[in-house]
This record gives sequence, C-alpha cells and structure tokens, in this order.
Amino acid sequence: MRSRLMLWVPLALFAFFAGVAGYMLTQEKNQFVESAMIGQPLPEFALKPAFAGLPGAARSDLVGGKPRLLNIWASWCLPCIAEAPQLEALKAQGAEIVGIAIRDRPEDVANFLSRYGNPYARIGADDISEVQLAIGSSGVPETFVIDSAGVIRYQHIGDIREDDVPLLLAELDKAR
Amino acid sequence: MIAEIGLAALWLAAALAVLQMVSGAFALKAADGAVNPLAIYARPAAVVQALLAVLAFVMLLWAFMVTDLSIKLVANNSHSMKPLMYKITGTWGNHEGSMLLWVGVLALSGGLLAGFERRLPERTMGATLAVQGFVALGFYAFLLLSSNPFERLPVPAAEGVGLNPLLQDIGLAIHPPTLYAGYVGLSVAFSLAMGALLTNQVNPAFARVMRPWVLGAWVLLTFGITAGSYWAYYELGWGGWWFWDPVENASLMPWLAATALMHSVAVLAARDALRTWTIMLGVLAFSMSMLGTFLVRSGVLTSVHAFAVDPERGAFILGLLGLYIGGAFTIFALRAGAVAEGKRFAVASREGALVFNNVMLSAILAIVLLGTLYPLVTEAFDVRVSVGPPYFNPAAAIFAIPMFIVMAVGPLLRWREDKPARLQFEVSLIAAVLISAIALASVLGDIPFLPLLGLGLAAALAVAAVLPLRGRKLARVPVATWGMVLAHFGVAVSLFGMACEGAFTQERLAAVAPGGTEQVGDFAVTLQSVAPVAGPNWTAIEARIAVSRNGGEPVILAPQARNFWSPAQSTSESALLTRWDGQLYAVIGNQAEDGRWQIRVWWKPFVTFIWYGGLLIALGGVLAIAGRVRVDVKRRQATAMGDARRADLEALNTAPVPAE
Repeated sequence: MRSRLMLWVPLALFAFFAGVAGYMLTQEKNQFVESAMIGQPLPEFALKPAFAGLPGAARSDLVGGKPRLLNIWASWCLPCIAEAPQLEALKAQGAEIVGIAIRDRPEDVANFLSRYGNPYARIGADDISEVQLAIGSSGVPETFVIDSAGVIRYQHIGDIREDDVPLLLAELDKAR
Repeated sequence: MIAEIGLAALWLAAALAVLQMVSGAFALKAADGAVNPLAIYARPAAVVQALLAVLAFVMLLWAFMVTDLSIKLVANNSHSMKPLMYKITGTWGNHEGSMLLWVGVLALSGGLLAGFERRLPERTMGATLAVQGFVALGFYAFLLLSSNPFERLPVPAAEGVGLNPLLQDIGLAIHPPTLYAGYVGLSVAFSLAMGALLTNQVNPAFARVMRPWVLGAWVLLTFGITAGSYWAYYELGWGGWWFWDPVENASLMPWLAATALMHSVAVLAARDALRTWTIMLGVLAFSMSMLGTFLVRSGVLTSVHAFAVDPERGAFILGLLGLYIGGAFTIFALRAGAVAEGKRFAVASREGALVFNNVMLSAILAIVLLGTLYPLVTEAFDVRVSVGPPYFNPAAAIFAIPMFIVMAVGPLLRWREDKPARLQFEVSLIAAVLISAIALASVLGDIPFLPLLGLGLAAALAVAAVLPLRGRKLARVPVATWGMVLAHFGVAVSLFGMACEGAFTQERLAAVAPGGTEQVGDFAVTLQSVAPVAGPNWTAIEARIAVSRNGGEPVILAPQARNFWSPAQSTSESALLTRWDGQLYAVIGNQAEDGRWQIRVWWKPFVTFIWYGGLLIALGGVLAIAGRVRVDVKRRQATAMGDARRADLEALNTAPVPAE
C-alpha cells in the first residue's frame, strides 16, 4: 500500500465500472430472450389436436416440401387476438401456419378461432409448455420460420404487427 | 395536509444538510485544538435534520395507513382492502418510500453521531459531519428531484393498484428496513473514515469511535441477509435459499466488506496497525452498499428482485455513486500516502491471521463483484451471458476454505507475535476433528466434494470456536469475547446447514391424483384433496397433503397456488414442516388434464441451521457491541471521576495523594 501508484488503483477500477455502467444506462435494454435453437433442427415432438376441428401437430408435419410458420399462441393471450388479422394476411399470401396452443382448453381454442378467425393448417396442444421450452420460446405469442429441412431459421418474439408481415414473408422466401 | 407537511420537512432537512456540510467543512479551517466559530452549527443541524427526516417518513407512513389515494405513491402501491399490516409495510415496498426510509435512517444516524459522540477531536468530527451532510444532501436531491414520495394526483384515485403480492409478507416488514439500516450504518463508517483521513487522525481512538457503527451495521446486515434468504426460500417456492441473484449479491457484498472492516477496525483499535487498510475498507463497504442500490434500482442487470427499475433514476444514483465513491477514492489516493504506517507485527500473530482473512474476504468480494458485473460488462460488447452457481460456488470456495481454516486458529494466537508451537494441542485437535468428520461423512454416503469439505470444516470450526475459552474463568471472560465465540460458532452452524442441504437434499416432483402417495426420504406424502380457498385479497387452490414419517402420525401440510386480484399476479405459497433435523418443503403446481396435480416435495436435512447460524452470528455481534459499549462507558465514568477528584484536589490546593 506504500506505493503511490497503488493508491490510484481503486479509483481507476471504479472509473472503469462507472464508464461501463453509464454506457449501459444509455442503451436500449432488449428484454427479449432469444432462442438458442435458431439454426438448429426442430426437436422431435408429436402433439394431440388442440380441439376437434383440426389435426394435431408433429415434427413431421413441419418438415419437407416448403418452409412453414410455427406459431406459438394461446386463447388466453391478449396479444394473440391482436395478431390474428396478420396471421390471416400471411395465410392469404400463401404461408402455411402450424399452431401450438399453450396450456389451453379445447372449448376455449374453438371459441377463439370462431371469433378471431382460423389461419391454421393444424394445431397441437402443448399442455405443459414442453414443446415451447424445447424450441426456446419464452412466451406467447412467438412465431418461428421452419425451413423444408426442419431447421429453425427465424424467431419473431411478440405479436406480429402489420409491418412484420412482409418481413416474415421475406424470411419464408429466404428459407426456401 | 399530510403530504405537504412531509414534503416541507424534506426540503427543510435538505437545507439543514447544506448547513451541516458547510459548517462542518469550516471545522477544517481551525487551528489544532481551536474551534472555528462557524463550525458550531454542524451538530445542531444534524440533530434537527434527523427529526425532520423522521417526521417526513412518519407522514408517509400515516398516508399509507389511512390509504390517502390523492397521493400518487399510495394510489400506485396500496389498496384500501389490504390488511393494515401490509399497508404499513407497503410504505417501503416501493422505490420512493424505500428511499425515504433510507434517508430517514441516514439522517437519524447522523443525528445520533452529532448528538452523542464527543471523543473525537472537533476538527475530525466537523469533517465527518460535513461528509455525512454531503451524502445526505445527495439523497435528498434524489428524493425531491426525481422520486418525490409525496406527489399528489390531479384527481384522487378511486382505488389503489395494490402491492406486489410477493411483497405482501411478514418478511418484507423486517428484511428491507434492516438491510437499509445496515447500509446506512456503513455510511457513518464511511463519513468517519473520510473525516479521519482528511484530518490525518487515523488512530486507535478513531477506531474505537468507528467500531460500534461498523458492528451495528454488520449485525443489521447479517440479520437482514438471513431474513431475506429465508423469505426467498419460502416465498418464491423454488426450494433454494441462495440463488446468487444480482440483488442478493448486492446485499452480500457490503456484508463481506463490513466483515473485513469490522475485523480490521478491531486491529486498529487494539494494536494501532492496518491504518490505510481500514480506511480503504471503510470506503469499500459504503461503495458496495451504494453499488447495491444502483444495481437494484437502475435495471442494468436482470434480476428476480428488480422492483423499482428506472434508467433515469439509475443515472441519478450513478451520478451520486461517482460523486461519493469517485471523490472518496480520489481523496484516498491523494491523502493515504500521508497516513503514517501503523505498528508492525509478525506473520504468526493474531494480526497476521486477521490480515490473511481480510484478504480472503476481499478476494471473495472481488469474486462476487466480478460475477455480478460480468454480464453488464459483456453486454456492453453485445455478448449476453448469465453467471450462476457453477461459477460462484467453486470460485468463492477457493478463498473461503483457507479462510475458514485460518479462522479456526486465528483467535487462539497472541497479538503482535506468537510461536505456532505453543498451539500444538489446539491445532492437532482441530485437524483431528476436521479429518474424522470428513471420514465419517464419506462413509455415510456418496457426497459431492464441496459439501463434504463443508461438513468437515463446520465440525472443526464448531470445536475451534469455543477453544479460546479453554483454561479461562468463564465468569471473567469479557462480553465482547463471548460475542466473538458465538459469532464464530454461528458460522460453523450455518456452514453445517449449507453443507447438509447440498449433500443430503431429496427431491420428488410428481403428478399425483388425490389419494395418491409418494415417498420422499423417510416421508410418505399423500395428496388428500385439492380445494379452492379465499383470503382477504386473494383466492387460491390449496392442497391438503398428509405427511407421515416412517409410518408415524400424519401431519397436514397446505401449500397453495395463490392468485391475487390487485394487482393480478399468482404466487406459490410453499408449506413447510419443520423438524429438529430438517424441513419438508412442499409446493403445489398445475393440474394436468387427467386430473392429477403436480406436487413438488423436498426433504432438506438441517436446512434450518443455515438461518439459526445467521441469527447466532448476529447475536454474537450484539454481544460484541454490548461488551464494547460497557467498557467505553466504564472508562468514561472512570475518567470523569478522576477529573472530578483532580479538580477537587486542585481546589483544595493540596498535592494529590497516591491511590491506595
């Protein structure tokens, strides 16, 4: 501690911390948890139908032919209502959408679809968020782009807004 | 009116803080021994400021008790239907209220220091009060400019939003205020350290003044952390007692620094050594409590605790942090070279052991600090990482293990210089206990390395803790020594609990139909029924679980999944069955669609010892304070009596007679 220079070390360390902390305060904080599964093959799963109207969803339904959208949603989720028209628009432009309903009840799913429209080709019921966790989704709604080889190419977190529609179509094209 | 009185009191207190700061600074202008006439206002300013700050807090408390919904803070954080208990605790269950509590305690301790402390030279005292006023002023500015707790709503709210349900718990009544009081006690230690450094009075007399504040702060921090750990354990329903969460670390770091400071202050008081080091730790301990405040409030780190996150406030606290800590380190760098070197000592001495453990504590502090801030630093370079137990546990253990070993022997060593050969018996006894405990535990089962070592060290420490009493007349042992023995024994108890929890915990996660039975350790756990229940501001699904140990009389546990309706949030209320040798911990989860319920049950042997140990450590600290204060009071009375007798003799104009 005798050395004069040593006495400045605490101040230098503190200044470094203050600099980093100050910089971080000015940064927009990204609260989204991105999936570590992007670029990885879709894990194996097979879910029973979420309601009587549509078949359930399995990994094999998403692999082969063309890229598809995998939409994680739930009837109890309010942003999912907001994104329903955008899903319809995506479907109208040729996207095939496979849904996974998280912790839902068949009657609620049917009710939701009759009120807000049904853009889905099939919907699997994920009662314990098992598939949701396996593909690295941390909330509802989230939408994934799966290419024809079954690889997860892109993740959209949160509800799909109008300006996200062309973006997702472009991602689908890229995955072709 | 309530809000206006509170606000006026705050502004007045802030003005007095300015007076205290300026007047205190004038003390520095005085020649040695003389008192600057402008410096006499510092003490009364501090005392009146304390009364005003307490008044402001009481006003806010009152507003919460009567649920005055015209005040924004009350409307946002309280609810007329909330139980009175939680209306009161809700006062500090939010950002503004907790900052007001912080400032109130800060002003109160400044007032106590100004009102009662007469041992330091007036120059040092003036500088100390000036620093204390400066610190307080920053927080008043923070409250008044960016977090006014008394802000009115243009139109009173019809009903309040309510308090975060996780915080509607008795734990909140105890945990944050205790921690705050501890942090604030460290601010007094900081002011004293700066005062002594500025006036070059780093000596044993100063250490004796500083010691009760450090001890008091340390006791409160110990108690606060223990209470917080238990609260997280039963309220979050995750079954763990420490998660190395940034906010938990934020409370642990000041504690580590305070522990080091407490021991180093003891060396300074007794032996006049470790002068610069004590000052450094004084600054460090307060820096850590400020840093904790910054991390919790600014939201730069992601935490389960971040309850009042706001980057703007973060910037304000960072500014204060830069002013206080940057300023303190600058003064340290400029002035510490002028502090004369303290007394020297040999490596094998009590000072030597204390220095070693001081370094180990600082190293653990550095490990925790690095782990806590690492995500922040990497995120600045766009890499997201999360640092958890796989880093903290082994990295902290590297330094904790040698520290525990030296801690076992240290109190047995003599001051200044000792021959290790003198302690042959004690050292062999401690080593024998350590080795046989590890051997015994490894026979018991396949235990991971760290818990195994923890069990051995706990046993060795427990024996070593009481060894300083060997060969002494117990009635004549000073109270402060009892405090040390108790606190060190508490460390052993706590360590034993942690090691047992790590080594022997049994867990069962199962989907059970009503009537079904699962086995966890010695316990048969039967789910009897699941039914809805309602509380004052929540509804819940409550399971009735019959637990029977080795086929004995069943006991009913009732864990709940609670849904609060204002604000809407669900919490998991664990149910605990406490036995002398451990706790059974049950949580209810979701219902699967086939009608079975997820239940999660842990049997945690001796887990309660973690908190018993924490309480013992805090109690040891209380004894140490009591012992020190008693000695101080006696010494003061003796000096006063001597002075009085000398004055009498001078009045009689006779030569003093030698005492019999």
